[in-house]
Amino acid sequence: MTEKTPFVDIRHAQKAYGDLEVLKDINLTVSKGEIVAIIGPSGSGKSTLLRAINDLDPLSSGEVLLEGVQVNKTLPHRQYEKHINEMRQHIGMVFQHFNLFPHLTVRENVTMAPKLLKGLSNAEADQLAEEQLAHVGMSERIDYYPSQLSGGQKQRVAIARALAMKPKLMLFDEATSALDPELVEEVNLVMKKLAEEHMTMIIVTHEMDFAASVCDRVIFMDGGVVVEEGPPSVVFQNPTQERTKNFLRKHLAQYAESSK
Amino acid sequence: MDIDLILRVYPHFLKAALVTVELSVLTVLLGLVCGAAAAAARLSRFAILRFIGAAYVSLMRGIPALIFLFLLYFGGPQIGIQLTAFQAGVIGLGINIGAYMTETMRGAIISVDHGQAEAARTLGLSQFQSFRKVILPQAMRLMIRPLGVNINAQIKGTALVAAISVVELTYTAQRYIGSTYKPFEMFFLAGILYLIIITVTGKMISFLDRRVRLP
Ligand SMILES: Nc1ncnc2c1ncn2[C@@H]1O[C@H](COP(=O)(O)OP(=O)(O)OP(=O)(O)O)[C@@H](O)[C@H]1O
Ligand SMILES: [Mg+2]
Repeated sequence: MTEKTPFVDIRHAQKAYGDLEVLKDINLTVSKGEIVAIIGPSGSGKSTLLRAINDLDPLSSGEVLLEGVQVNKTLPHRQYEKHINEMRQHIGMVFQHFNLFPHLTVRENVTMAPKLLKGLSNAEADQLAEEQLAHVGMSERIDYYPSQLSGGQKQRVAIARALAMKPKLMLFDEATSALDPELVEEVNLVMKKLAEEHMTMIIVTHEMDFAASVCDRVIFMDGGVVVEEGPPSVVFQNPTQERTKNFLRKHLAQYAESSK
Repeated sequence: MDIDLILRVYPHFLKAALVTVELSVLTVLLGLVCGAAAAAARLSRFAILRFIGAAYVSLMRGIPALIFLFLLYFGGPQIGIQLTAFQAGVIGLGINIGAYMTETMRGAIISVDHGQAEAARTLGLSQFQSFRKVILPQAMRLMIRPLGVNINAQIKGTALVAAISVVELTYTAQRYIGSTYKPFEMFFLAGILYLIIITVTGKMISFLDRRVRLP
């Protein structure tokens, strides 16, 4: 990979639901090891953009490239399926509502995809599950079912499940929004640990303090466009755009309120 | 009530009840096969298959099972389909209940949270792998009880084949009324036997449901 090829490259991303334009010509690059937060009001298109990166919500036009390879290729159905399944193995995703597989144990949640897609033996898969679950502090619950876990534990297992595929990039869509306040920290700690290991991460979040402490860059979206971006110190302390200021005023006030 | 009469005829009713059980098992099996195929068709990405699946369901739910049975058994020879009454009963009722089972299965499949498929696809699983490993195991658990309702209806529905003279429980009751003139006893006995078959089946379904229930 040359200096010029960005790790993730989003070019002219545009997405419309009927007449509603949700993403309006978004251009964004992320370099390897970078940790990017996407913030913005509800409905601004954060999830849509994140989900366009692994083509879960396909763009109306524009391109997404991972290490120079186009993710959202237009191909005949079978070829597209083969291509996208291959690409998605490199892109981990963590959802707001965890989406753990309720019929599988924690161990099986983690090992299913590596076994199916990488042909791991049972022994190899077990070892992988043990490693990944140790990494997120969930070793003790390896043979539990998701319904027997707390929200924070579920999310940590979901992160381990994604990491078990050894992705190059991790996408987080409000990973802590569905959690009780006292469970947020355990998930944030896992994400911080990943940051220290230089995992490339794109994190949609409502937690401004987390974004400020963990991320290299903050992207503020509103109405389907990137209004402002920069290092957290700049975006949070000296925003230049009026819309950013308004948003931060509300959110930082809320934050101040809730942490009293 | 003529208890002596009941005690005298009940071995014949037991034999007939076995035919009812046999009919139930075969029609339910055929119904499950038709239901699975049509549910797959209805969920296919090919419009033509979706249309065929939907047409089958509305056709079978739109005409009385008895008419379909008559069509097959009495009308069949006219278009070159020659079936015994038992065969016509199994095929006719099996295809008919299959339409209801289609909707049961489809309903269970689409009620699995969409996030499940998303999580599976995000990991890199193919559509088929995600269906096999993630959607289907959850849908199967969801469909056991509603399929139990279909099966319950089908067991009672086997009585229709009495109309084409298959010697099962209802037909047997009618035949004994002809010789004994005791309709109360005969239908009472048949009713009890249906009740037993249905209760046992219901227990088996509950057992299966509990066996596969998730913690
Ligand atoms: N499937 C859909 N059909 C139609 N409109 C949609 C669909 N999905 C999202 N939208 C619309 O697209 C816009 C952007 O949605 P998106 O989920 O990306 O916002 P968001 O920034 O993630 O918001 P939130 O903070 O509430 O999660 C919203 O106006 C939403 O109503
Ligand atoms: Mg969102």
